[in-house]
Amino acid sequence: MTSRLGDGGRLINRARPLGMRFDGRYIRAFEGDTLASALLANGHLLMGRSFKYHRPRSVVASGLEEPNALLGVGEGAAFTPNVRATTAFAEDGLTMTSQNAWPSLETDIGVVNDWAARFLPAGFYYKTFIHPRPLWKHLFEPVIRKAAGLGAAPQEQDPDRYEYTYAFCDVLIAGGGIAGLAAALTAGRRGERVMLVEQAAHWGGRAVVDGAEIDGQTAADWVKDALEALEKMENVSLHLETQASGVYDHGYVLLTEALKGAGPAERVWRVRAGRIVAATGALERPLSFAGNDVPGVMLASAVRDYMVNYGVSPGDRTVIVTNNDDGYRTAITLLDAGLHVPAVIDARDGADSALIRAVRDRGVRIHEGRGIAKVLGRNRVKGVAICLQAGEGAVLQEIACDCVAMSGGWSPVVHLWSHCGGKLNWDDARAMFRPDPDRPPLGADGTAMVTCVGAASGALSPAEVLATVDGAPEAATEECAPIKPVWLMPQGAGPELRAKAFLDFQNDVKVSDVRLAAQEGFESVEHTKRYTTLGMATDQGKLSNINGLATLAGALDAPIPQVGTTTFRPPYTPVTLGALAGEARGELFQPLRKTPIHGWHEAHGAHWEPVGQWRRPYCYPKGKESQEDAVAREVRATREGLGLLDASTLGKILVSGPDAGRLVDMLYTNMMSNLKVGRCRYGLMCDENGFLMDDGVVARIAEDQWLCHTTTGGADRIHAWMEDWLQCEWWDWKVHALNLTEQFAQIAVVGPKARAVLEELGGLDVSKEALLFMGWVDGTLAGHDVRVFRISFSGELSYEVAVRASEGLALWEKLHEAGAAFGVTPYGTEALHVMRAEKGFIMIGDETDGTVIPQDLGLDWAISKKKDDFLGKRGQMRTHLTDPDRWKLVGLETLDGSVLSDGAYAVDDGTNANGQRKVQGRVTSTYHSPTLGRGIAMGLVRRGPERMGEVLTFTAPRDGRVEARIVDPVFYDREGERQDV
Amino acid sequence: MLLLTCPHCGLAVEETELSPGGEAHLKRFGPGSDEDAFEEYLFLRDNPKGPTLERWRHSYGCGKWFIAARDTATNRVFGTYPAQTGGPPDWIVKAMEAVR
Repeated sequence: MTSRLGDGGRLINRARPLGMRFDGRYIRAFEGDTLASALLANGHLLMGRSFKYHRPRSVVASGLEEPNALLGVGEGAAFTPNVRATTAFAEDGLTMTSQNAWPSLETDIGVVNDWAARFLPAGFYYKTFIHPRPLWKHLFEPVIRKAAGLGAAPQEQDPDRYEYTYAFCDVLIAGGGIAGLAAALTAGRRGERVMLVEQAAHWGGRAVVDGAEIDGQTAADWVKDALEALEKMENVSLHLETQASGVYDHGYVLLTEALKGAGPAERVWRVRAGRIVAATGALERPLSFAGNDVPGVMLASAVRDYMVNYGVSPGDRTVIVTNNDDGYRTAITLLDAGLHVPAVIDARDGADSALIRAVRDRGVRIHEGRGIAKVLGRNRVKGVAICLQAGEGAVLQEIACDCVAMSGGWSPVVHLWSHCGGKLNWDDARAMFRPDPDRPPLGADGTAMVTCVGAASGALSPAEVLATVDGAPEAATEECAPIKPVWLMPQGAGPELRAKAFLDFQNDVKVSDVRLAAQEGFESVEHTKRYTTLGMATDQGKLSNINGLATLAGALDAPIPQVGTTTFRPPYTPVTLGALAGEARGELFQPLRKTPIHGWHEAHGAHWEPVGQWRRPYCYPKGKESQEDAVAREVRATREGLGLLDASTLGKILVSGPDAGRLVDMLYTNMMSNLKVGRCRYGLMCDENGFLMDDGVVARIAEDQWLCHTTTGGADRIHAWMEDWLQCEWWDWKVHALNLTEQFAQIAVVGPKARAVLEELGGLDVSKEALLFMGWVDGTLAGHDVRVFRISFSGELSYEVAVRASEGLALWEKLHEAGAAFGVTPYGTEALHVMRAEKGFIMIGDETDGTVIPQDLGLDWAISKKKDDFLGKRGQMRTHLTDPDRWKLVGLETLDGSVLSDGAYAVDDGTNANGQRKVQGRVTSTYHSPTLGRGIAMGLVRRGPERMGEVLTFTAPRDGRVEARIVDPVFYDREGERQDV
Repeated sequence: MLLLTCPHCGLAVEETELSPGGEAHLKRFGPGSDEDAFEEYLFLRDNPKGPTLERWRHSYGCGKWFIAARDTATNRVFGTYPAQTGGPPDWIVKAMEAVR
């Protein structure tokens, strides 16, 4: 039975008791407790159920490597699943719930999986749920989905805030143990800008728990002095509860910091470090014996942590099982606390050191060359059966105990070293992968970007640890007997025992699973990992990976370094999604671009359409009017009287210079250099493949100046496209391109009354004779400097008026005032789309998709035959693009007047090689035309323009079919009389 | 995340300030070129493991294009230079050859 010791516990404050609940039961804790230490202190050994077999589990570790003790914490919106009980701190009133158990943690139905374990080996799902096929959809998949996943996702919006911050330093030191502190002192004294980060809430790491003599002081005193010295250095910053989660290219490091109190819950630091020192320590490995997952079996170092840090007894009788000296340290700690150590089971023969002698001298029986055949007990340890380590598991003796402390050796935490490609060497003598200093991850200058110091470099004792740090003091040396690698206990364990010897506790991967994978041909460690799910749980194999790959190496009869490790990927431990999102949620999710008239649209009930980062009014519903009705009203009002559109988002790029004409001739498919000043021309831009990428009206402003209008979404892209060619290909041309999109507001004044309203404003002659169709003029309207283009995207008489952005709203409002008599109506993007479709005008992104050339759209007239070269000309000469069978633009009219589905296919006779129905065209734009009172559409159809009048069958939702006739794409005012009045 | 020095501003800039532009020093083939040359220009890229020359634009800074000599395997950067040139300067060629 675990319990609180009468005294001790360096991290808890016994003067500050707290109360919490675990599955409804009351838990007493002290300030400074972790959830795990509090549960243990209350005798709650059972903390969860394993993922696959629902085996009862308790803590095995004391830090963030913990695979078993994952809890749901908090309630309602503040609920967080999968919290590691070993790293979360006790809080008064906190609610904890167990996971993966039903109906309760003690009586869990899912445990039937454990009884059936022999039928659920590695790859069970891949092998089983194949036949009969129909069962997959209705039986297998629903059942597997229900079983999948660990913990419950919170149902409400996260009430916490998160934030990002940025920092730069010369050296970032990850890990605040004695190695990290010593490295910080050295770098700090050199005057470097130092960031020292420690993931735990306390400095000093293992040395202060295990005790060491540094520079003649105790470890605890030395740590205290070191911190005082560091705090005085202005060039050093210290960060507790901050983890270096990942190292990325060129010294970029991601830190995650847990925060307390009001304000953000977590902070993500994005740090650019000159170099990185990984003082990340080492993790103790479990031993693989049958029943090593039974509650009460813990890492030897974890037992010391619970006793020394939290004053928690792991049980009255603790058996130590070890293959190195570290287990003996735990024996001493237990004995010092007055607890009983019935036996130390040491897999080694004849190991001898001061530590071993000290334990023996205190009367503890040491079983040399022995191992654990199996752990007795199911919901908690009741005893162990001892066997020969060299044998097959014949039981020599049973020893009653309530805790087993195991030590399988130490693995350096090399993650930060390996994230950017640092290589490892296998050290046989120490049985560990160590960083190879000759193959480090490289920084921008080609030198080592990360160095490992202390236990992370493979050092074991405090003396060795400090010897790896330049300028560090010396620690007292201690005698140490060598480790004996033990990957299976006993080494000849048969199938029965192997099937209960766990490697990956969270994902329930056993020695038998890895052996089976090897037998079935999964020789690569990366394949074995995925087949067995070894190391793929939320702990990412911190405890299991080395044991797993050593087991694989054994099964393959290959040396461990030949099998190698799986890839180390950031983050080191899971980072909450909230922390990664930071401030980017709600209104701050992304920046919003607003036209000068945005506020007016908002005040007049605009329904918004996102266009890139702009918001454009889709339509302006009045009262309870539906969006469809609003669009129809806006179209009719514009066609019959006067409509206004905020066209400010349209791209406006001014191309100037002696070679400006040369540039626009290369950019556009048509000739632009011969455009006369004062005139406009519609132009097309293609990429080098020949595919149409943007369109718009070009106005020649002066002899050496062209104003290129682009689509709303294309403005930045096309400007970048121009810059690319100007800077990288034609850098000797005297021309520059300026993106003026946001400098001007632009208002489309559209409809039969457009001229009348402009005349009402006064100041500019906009008569048919003075301002010809496709012309532009500068002047004043109602006191505003304006440039008026007489261009039309609706087929109506239309002017686009550009004005300084700061005057956009004023002009817009004056147009409304003056237009009241003409029934002025603001219209949105949908009315714009309907009107352009009625006129058969194409829209980039509807009629084009990156595989369409202008010739497909009947725009041959806009492709110059006189020019030797333009971007896309060579591409369009390729055979596939000149194929007469290409799908080309046509209009489509349903026989019943209905509206075709967007993207619907025109079916053809026969089927293709995959047995799918052949197709011969598709719908690219489709609308209800309020003007014509029927559905209209445009589409791309094989040899379409040659097939006028033909009736095609189109797909419709729910396997429906609709017939439509191929017609001219211009549905309205074919002669163009309305725009030229 | 790479840290590259923009040769126009002289600043070491974060990758998030930059837009990538692929292989540098491509020769453009337009009308009149044969199929093979055009295919090479439009589609075929070296994509080496090791030193390479690649285009970057300091999009969220000065807006200028430059070329970075970078080892794709180790991310070592040999240097950067403005894009307005037909090929890499000698000192970059020498640095790249030293690791090949």
